[in-house]
Amino acid sequence: MEELIEILEGIQPGLDYETCADLIDGHRLDSLSIISLIAELEDEFDITIPTVEVIPENFNSAKNMWNMIVRLQEEE
Amino acid sequence: MSSYCSLVYLMIFLPGVILLYSITPQKHKWKSLLFSGYAFFWIISGKLLIYLILTTFSMHYFGIWMETIQRDRKLELSEADKSEKKAIKAKYQKKLTQIVTFAVILHIGALVVLKYTKFFGTNINTLLTTLDIPFQFDIPSFMLPIGISFYTMEAVSYLFDVYRGVIKAEKNLAKLAVYISFFPQIMEGPIARYSQTADQLWKCEKISYNNMTMGIQRILYGMLKKVVIADRLNMFIDEVFSKYTNYDGGVTMVAMIFYTCQLYMEFSGTMDVIIGSGQIFGIKLPENFKQPFFSKTISDFWTRWHITLGAWFRDYIFYPMSMSKPLKQITLKSRKYLGNHFGPLIAGSIALFSVWICNGLWHGAAWSYIFFGLFHFSLILTGNIIEPFVKFITDKLHINRNKWYYVGMQIIRTVILVNIGELFFRAQGLRAGLFMFKNMITNFSLASIIDGSIFKLGIDKHDILIVFIACLIVLIVSILKEKGVSIRETIAKQNIVIRWAIYYAMIMFIIIFGAYGSQYVPIDPIYANF
Repeated sequence: MEELIEILEGIQPGLDYETCADLIDGHRLDSLSIISLIAELEDEFDITIPTVEVIPENFNSAKNMWNMIVRLQEEE
Repeated sequence: MSSYCSLVYLMIFLPGVILLYSITPQKHKWKSLLFSGYAFFWIISGKLLIYLILTTFSMHYFGIWMETIQRDRKLELSEADKSEKKAIKAKYQKKLTQIVTFAVILHIGALVVLKYTKFFGTNINTLLTTLDIPFQFDIPSFMLPIGISFYTMEAVSYLFDVYRGVIKAEKNLAKLAVYISFFPQIMEGPIARYSQTADQLWKCEKISYNNMTMGIQRILYGMLKKVVIADRLNMFIDEVFSKYTNYDGGVTMVAMIFYTCQLYMEFSGTMDVIIGSGQIFGIKLPENFKQPFFSKTISDFWTRWHITLGAWFRDYIFYPMSMSKPLKQITLKSRKYLGNHFGPLIAGSIALFSVWICNGLWHGAAWSYIFFGLFHFSLILTGNIIEPFVKFITDKLHINRNKWYYVGMQIIRTVILVNIGELFFRAQGLRAGLFMFKNMITNFSLASIIDGSIFKLGIDKHDILIVFIACLIVLIVSILKEKGVSIRETIAKQNIVIRWAIYYAMIMFIIIFGAYGSQYVPIDPIYANF
């Protein structure tokens, strides 16, 4: 989880990723940030994020992102 | 039956379907929807109905094929060792990708051949002439089935969603046929996903009093936009855009503003009629507009205007392209050198460029539409590039970007840019668009407005007043919606006397102020041709 927060801080600093739960719905992360984020997550966690996973629910909070990462790692 | 706002549709076809649907036993209600969809298509496109039927068969066949492979993959994975799983996944993924690619090429290929042969053929012949090559292609001419751009996109979204495992393939051919042929949306959308409407259409709820009145209410609001505003502006717009060399920049600017207004009122008004028609049968179709003229940026505008088209391009072109291996590599590398903002911009721009070329071409086979797409691409890209500089300047000047004056300025800027884009969209070709744009800058004059000669171009002061009042009604409704107030529900909650007084007032307003009669030429459904 710490690595994830670090990546998020690197992409879009200044947000409270521990508590923020509307990163997408609140327009805090735009599509370009998502592109960066996906590339970084795949690189860091050795996973493949299929386009079907690119939905607001999976990216609205760091917790949801972490759950997705763990799930994808288990599926790999 | 030229449009959803025509009397034939509203007074004969729709009531006929409601009657048929109501008297059909529950078990067979889906058949009445399927019959109505095919009848609607047949009335407009005749034997070209075969294209719709072939599309349905193709969706059914390829969907089931992909699901069979997904099932085999699951079975093989459950019996395999951990070390073998990656190879098994790759093997099946390759098969699935081959099938979906072939299926999509088949669907998009049919659309391209029918819709773009003339455009590409003509341009290739022009190029051959320019290069002095003594050869010309014979360009075949095809009849275009109504709504092909819309139902093809629905079919492709279904295939991609099955491929990605978002939905299960539908084994029931009839259910697929009902989904793809639902008559209110076949001509102009909205582009609904299978997961959004198929179950509702198959369930076939009984028509309730509430759905009937809410549906009619929505249809009336759409008619107000279409018949009172869009049709009334039509003759003026037609006159100026067809004889654009005769008019000065002032008249051209008025025509540009009126056309943007007309396009919104015509398309969103028709959407109201379509969504209202669906609501009568208890079908909740996806919304296509969300107060687009309150957008702060062009990107924001495209999340509010023709929403289902934008969402389709986002989900089936933008993200898959951005997330492809080569573009992800570019993003990773460029972020290291260019930082967080400009790093992902390279991959994003490549995907965005493809989206806007497709968006332009989707609207029509003409250079002016490609220009329209590239115009919006350039605006979105420029907005992204200058964003850090704008932030730097506003921070330095202590300007709060959430204050009303800043937001108001952003909205006005966006509206102006959208108007310019629509000028090219409506102009008779790219050259005409460029001439008109130049005319507004170099030959601007208010003389025609001051001396009143503008009121002799198919629209008089009386028309302007009616359009102004109707636009004011739409503006008030839009402001309330933007603030989260649903005026439709507020009306529905009133007692029966007030409620029906409002309905009758709307009906009377449309009957009295609608642009009917020999002195008006109603506008053809603009989006039905795309």
